[in-house]
Amino acid sequence: MLKYLVKRISATIVVLTLISMSVFLIFDVLPMDPARLTCGKSCSPAIVEGNRHRLGLDVPVQVQYGRWVKGLFVGRTYGEGQAEIVCSAPAFGYSFNRHECVTDLLKAAFPITLSLALGSFVLWLLVGVSLGIVAARFKNRWPDRLSNVFVLVGTSLPTFISGILILLFVALKFGFINAIDLGKWHSPFTDPIGWLNTFIFPWITLALAYAATYTRFTRSNVIETSSEDYIRTARAKGLSEKAILRKHTLRAALAPIVTIAGLDFAGLLGGAIITEGIFNLPGLGRLSIRAVLNDYDLPVIVATTMLAATFVVVMNLVVDILYAYIDPRVRVA
Amino acid sequence: MTQPILKITGLKKHFPVSTGGVFSKGKGVVKAVDGVDLEIFPGQTIGLVGESGCGKTTVGRTVLKLYEPTAGTIEFNGEDITKLTPKQMKPRRSQMQMIFQDPFASLNPRQTVGTLIGNTFDIQGITPEGGKTEEIQRLMKRVGLNPEHINRYPHEFSGGQRQRIGVARAIALKPKLIVADEPVSALDVSIQAQVVNLLEDLQEEFNLSYLFVAHDLSVVQHISDRVVVMYLGKVMEDADKKDLFLNPRHPYTRALLSAVPVPDPKIGRARERIILQGDLPSPVNPPAGCVFNTRCWKAQDKCRTEVPELVQISAGHKLACHFPEPASA
Amino acid sequence: MSAFLEVKNLNVSFPTEDGLVQASNDISFSVDRGETLAVVGESGSGKSVTSLAVMGLHNRKSTNISGSAFLNLESGPIDVISAPEEQVRRLRGKSMSMIFQDPMSALHPYYSIGDQLSEAWRLYNDGDKKAGFKRATEMLELVGIPDASKRVKEFPHQFSGGMRQRVMIAMALINNPALLIADEPTTALDVTVQSQILQLLKDMQKEFNMAVILITHDLGVVAEVADRVNVMYAGKIVEQGVADGIYYHADHPYTIGLLNSIPRVDQLDGKRLIAIPGQPPSLINLPQGCSFRSRCTFADQVAGNLCATVAPTLDEKDSAHFSRCHLTEKQLVAARGGK
Repeated sequence: MLKYLVKRISATIVVLTLISMSVFLIFDVLPMDPARLTCGKSCSPAIVEGNRHRLGLDVPVQVQYGRWVKGLFVGRTYGEGQAEIVCSAPAFGYSFNRHECVTDLLKAAFPITLSLALGSFVLWLLVGVSLGIVAARFKNRWPDRLSNVFVLVGTSLPTFISGILILLFVALKFGFINAIDLGKWHSPFTDPIGWLNTFIFPWITLALAYAATYTRFTRSNVIETSSEDYIRTARAKGLSEKAILRKHTLRAALAPIVTIAGLDFAGLLGGAIITEGIFNLPGLGRLSIRAVLNDYDLPVIVATTMLAATFVVVMNLVVDILYAYIDPRVRVA
Repeated sequence: MTQPILKITGLKKHFPVSTGGVFSKGKGVVKAVDGVDLEIFPGQTIGLVGESGCGKTTVGRTVLKLYEPTAGTIEFNGEDITKLTPKQMKPRRSQMQMIFQDPFASLNPRQTVGTLIGNTFDIQGITPEGGKTEEIQRLMKRVGLNPEHINRYPHEFSGGQRQRIGVARAIALKPKLIVADEPVSALDVSIQAQVVNLLEDLQEEFNLSYLFVAHDLSVVQHISDRVVVMYLGKVMEDADKKDLFLNPRHPYTRALLSAVPVPDPKIGRARERIILQGDLPSPVNPPAGCVFNTRCWKAQDKCRTEVPELVQISAGHKLACHFPEPASA
Repeated sequence: MSAFLEVKNLNVSFPTEDGLVQASNDISFSVDRGETLAVVGESGSGKSVTSLAVMGLHNRKSTNISGSAFLNLESGPIDVISAPEEQVRRLRGKSMSMIFQDPMSALHPYYSIGDQLSEAWRLYNDGDKKAGFKRATEMLELVGIPDASKRVKEFPHQFSGGMRQRVMIAMALINNPALLIADEPTTALDVTVQSQILQLLKDMQKEFNMAVILITHDLGVVAEVADRVNVMYAGKIVEQGVADGIYYHADHPYTIGLLNSIPRVDQLDGKRLIAIPGQPPSLINLPQGCSFRSRCTFADQVAGNLCATVAPTLDEKDSAHFSRCHLTEKQLVAARGGK
């Protein structure tokens, strides 16, 4: 098992390195000039060149990459003398548009994205899986047909529509929330009610989209597992239907969900761009989309991309280990 | 002295098995077939028997070059086909055909019977005398199917009928050799005899040779002229049918025969039953020396270290054993 | 003195897209402790259906059942057909157990052997997990699994097919049932392993003094283990009697046909097999009269076209030997080839 872990962790590091290199190469190849975009309208070529130098864009891409990697471990200094800016480790870069170390931007945005992801995750799992079990249990009867409608709506309705509908016709209309307070951050530890207020509707929006897939998946898995031979064995042993469902069917049917759920969650940790946009949440999604569309803020783009990739790659490993724990056949001897 | 239609010498087929994760090399080899000699003469049926993992199905497939052999030679009709490429094999394939085990999985559910049988002609670019459709219908009739059903789909037929379609497909090009891989195992008992009789009739009519691969010793005994017993990739015993069943010299053959149930209660009660201990070893890790030594009741040190050669022990009777069972009277 | 299991006039049918399937009709038989009844038939003969109904493993919502199946327990007889599901459930795994054909898929892949065995035991016995594992280990030793105390913690995929079937037998017997139903228990196994398992079943039957119903299509297996035999065709019992009587004095053309059509490893005369023509009928639209008529080579010997119009009843042709056929004794002797 240890050997397996070591192998997997080394593989993870290799993958992350490759991703970071690819990101750098991609942005190097793109025709946009980040230095030009650092100062808006009142730009003189001198300022642009100065910023280009300070951004470290006047060196070959390999050197840029090397400096970036170094910055992750020891921090980085931009410019000299008076205009010196220091970003402490792990330094993802410096945003000239926002005049902040990227790491600080990430630190501010991450709790929001985490809250959003976590809450939606719990909500969609609970709703999706329970509904799927009910649908399987009452196959072809009205609970199943009703859940089918739910699945259809959930999978077809994109979040930019469902989010806006929920925002306008539920949240604002019924006065659950004020437009001014939209997206305001309250720490769950100091102001749990405020925290809930901010996130409840974004949670519902995201959960609606994801739960539908999980309902369908759970339903078909439970139905398929129920016809397996070992379920018949359990019945022949004298177990009650409830015990069979709980101990035998669900264990087998829900195991694959671990993988999917883990990866969906990891994907969300990189930021839910649309939902954050609609509900005015300043999370990683908002951060990254602004960096791309508005500012072409290269350091931020690289950082958010890397962060998102890291979450997914690490979660891959976590999920594989979890699955090996659940399914003994997968374990390496 | 007629030439054998098929002669295999030292045939080996090993499958690599990869163990380990992303960064480890594939290790381990399944020695599915590990040195098999075999001869089939025209009009003869060789029964190839053994239990799971003995390699009999792999032999059947390798002989037809569905798998490329790892070592050894295959001579078909006097020609060495071992190293021929698939392209070179194509024209020869009309002479060597296969009947498969599962009548449900071996027919394309989206093609009609006519198409399924007709494909054989199309692939070889042959137009039969008198027209393709007529020939297909003639074949259907020969195997006991109603020629009017030529446009039906496989799911409209029963298991036994589907197997007949498989037979028709196999004999369409008038082959010399047919490898029948468990052709009746998936059929109901009352249908098995019908298909067995059909195969026997066709053999007589066309002087076909069969390599009959099966685990059911009763059927093999009935249809074969000679029987080859395999265990974990190697041949244990190779003898004339009567000789094998009346005078088995290999301990495994004896155990196998004593385990086959006979539909006769008095015989069943009186029979001496040799019950082998233990399980079949894994083909990835076969025992050293004689592959059967871990379950053989008379295994001695020699058996655990030295691989017994397949030697002629009497006329037409070959054996691979250090301590053969005594000959019966 | 009544036998442990007494089945009377059991009929099982269920609706499908194509019509009502008459899975089994007018089934009556009994099995007592210490004896083995073999139920022989091909696919579609209905041989499994009756046993599934007795165990209560049929689909209660869509299956129509009539008739009775009495388990004569020490505490009194129970008709498992009419008893409520809860009551039947509490007999499963305790008074009656069933093992099935494919051992490879019959165990839950995620739980250890010990877990699954002890679950069966703890259902009907007070004891904690440790006690359950202890009992599980004992059973594994009883069914001949070497190194039982180590293997009890292992998982199904670490066992071979034959070993898994032994585990299934251990699980079925862990609560000392009085009735064991084995549905094609060796069909998926190699012949040398089959030999081991059949011997194990015989030993276990003696050990626990059980009534055993063995369902199979293999007449060789039946000859080895059965005391009495039910031959089934198209959902009905067509012949019923002591094993020797069925084999040496078959009173039904189907049985005779089967015996003539199966090759025997000890018959080396190269005589051609006499196949039964045609195919088993669909259970949806059973023909009028005798279900076997379309495949029977002797039907035209019966006067007045009786086989086509009148369904024969299961009559006693000989002492404790029943057959569902219109042929006379003389005609049957001729059908058997003069024996």
